[in-house]
Amino acid sequence: MIGSSPLRRVIAHLLLVVGILIVVFPIYYTFVASTHSLQTILRPPLPLLPGDRFIENYSTALFGGVGRIGGVPVSTLLINTTVMALGIAIGKIVISILSAYAIVFFRFPLRMTFFWLIFITLMLPVEVRILPTYKVMVDLGLIDTYAGLIVPIIASATATLLFRQFFLTIPGELVEAARVDGAGPFRFFKDILLPLSRTNIAALFVILFIYGWTQYLWPLLVTNRNDMNTIVIALRKMISFADADTEWHLVMVTSMLAIVPPIVVVLLMQRWFVKGLVETEK
Amino acid sequence: MATVDLRDVRKVYPGGVEAVKGVSIAIPDKALCVLVGPSGCGKSTLLRMIAGLETISAGSVSIDGRVVNAIGPAERDIAMVFQNYALYPHMKVYDNMAYGLRNRGKAKDEIDRRVRETAEILELGHLLERRPRELSGGQRQRVAMGRAIVRNPKVFLFDEPLSNLDAKLRGQMRVEIKNLQRSLGVTSVYVTHDQLEAMTLADVLVVMNAGQVEQLGNPLDIYEKPASTFVASFIGAPPMNLLKLTRGSNEFAFANGAHVAVAAPAGAAILGFRPEDAEAVPGDQAPQAGLALPAVVEAVEPVGSESFLYCSAAGSRIIVRVPGRATATPGDKLRIGAKSEKLHWFDEAGKRVG
Repeated sequence: MIGSSPLRRVIAHLLLVVGILIVVFPIYYTFVASTHSLQTILRPPLPLLPGDRFIENYSTALFGGVGRIGGVPVSTLLINTTVMALGIAIGKIVISILSAYAIVFFRFPLRMTFFWLIFITLMLPVEVRILPTYKVMVDLGLIDTYAGLIVPIIASATATLLFRQFFLTIPGELVEAARVDGAGPFRFFKDILLPLSRTNIAALFVILFIYGWTQYLWPLLVTNRNDMNTIVIALRKMISFADADTEWHLVMVTSMLAIVPPIVVVLLMQRWFVKGLVETEK
Repeated sequence: MATVDLRDVRKVYPGGVEAVKGVSIAIPDKALCVLVGPSGCGKSTLLRMIAGLETISAGSVSIDGRVVNAIGPAERDIAMVFQNYALYPHMKVYDNMAYGLRNRGKAKDEIDRRVRETAEILELGHLLERRPRELSGGQRQRVAMGRAIVRNPKVFLFDEPLSNLDAKLRGQMRVEIKNLQRSLGVTSVYVTHDQLEAMTLADVLVVMNAGQVEQLGNPLDIYEKPASTFVASFIGAPPMNLLKLTRGSNEFAFANGAHVAVAAPAGAAILGFRPEDAEAVPGDQAPQAGLALPAVVEAVEPVGSESFLYCSAAGSRIIVRVPGRATATPGDKLRIGAKSEKLHWFDEAGKRVG
């Protein structure tokens, strides 16, 4: 511990509590606002305790459809965003683990060229290539589709590099033992590389899921239909410049709903993180 | 079950480095062949070429009469034990041993029977459900052996399998490997840099240096008649004493002018004798042996059952083994003798003479 004296401990805990309050209070306040009627929210001050309209507000938002976003229920948005975030996370992991596998374990012509090609794309932000990508998506007829949302952002230099670094730490003897044991490239990948990468995959999944969940610019461009919107886009659309036009109680409900899936993913995957830290398998 | 035949095997790495420069070894059926040499002598490369993990630049490797140059490691019917064991860390001991059999499409009950049989032999039965990280070094070593045995291959290949174990365990495993190899009757190639392991394990001992075979044969023959100064200093511990001589008329004169009257064969330029063949007597007495060198004790190393005297004589360092507790102390003047039949002679290039 930092200090042994009781006073030090009290101060340390006080600081921690203050920190937690600073982080949690806005979220709590959003939750409180999501359980009151629009009238209550618009008439300050907003109460500090939850109101009685929890069920009403949440069911309206989830299943009733929200006016400003074309009457689409928030449940549709949640499904859209989940599909996109899962697609991006899984797609990125699959593609990057396969390319890292090729680069590390196979000797083919131009291997290093390919590696550097992947590497330099790190320096290319999405915004730079967004117009050509958009044009390609239009030509392929992928506007307003899940494929259009997912495919253009699925390649990941970062994840490829991460897997590459991990694969490089796998001892050569292990690869050779597998060869002697009669494991071909596919068996080696499936039976040895994948199980050893479990914790890496879990960590990447969390990061990439949240990355996908919070995508803004690309979904904004590639979706026109209201029922293809993601929750982040819809949240932005729900807010009008005039306070009276904005259904604040539903905005608050949507905000609360928008943070639930990432939190669930983090909580579920936390077990794996700990596991990955405890067992240093190599 | 199989012979292993190496014919003029060469390995040239891209960039022109020649790691193995034409090695020919014929290993008879059921024999344990030990490749020994200092690091970088090409012994591991040679083993990996037999395993199929390195390509063969020239020459041929045959297992059981079949040239396997172009055949992958899995189809050569060999099993290898690696220096760092290379156990699959995420698999239980059972699965580690069963993996190779599963990849060969063996039936489930046969795999189970063979894994349990092998575990029985190696006393691993109670560890089958453990993972490698839960095992001690010696247990891991056993599992690595088990993984090789369970496959029932034509040839075992060992790549310095004991170098990660502590001295006591190493001695135990050495005996165990020897017994196992003999009872299973599987032709084996064993790579080590430890001359003790080499001497005790080998049926056929191959001493390698700089990519070439220095000497090949029965370990005791090699010990008694080393073909070169390299072999003489590599096999045996402590190493053989080697003294450079300048030719006199009927005797040898040492570089520092000391004279020794010993009948030397023609062409001899280096005299060698083993510490265990030497005897040391106080400076005022004459040793009974054919050689008598005046020397000064520099250090004494008591081992318990024996002691080693590190002396300086004729401008060289000479080690003498004396039984039991040594009476000499540093600074004592001694005469070092060795029987003439225990003397080894080498020419200028280090090759054995006579």
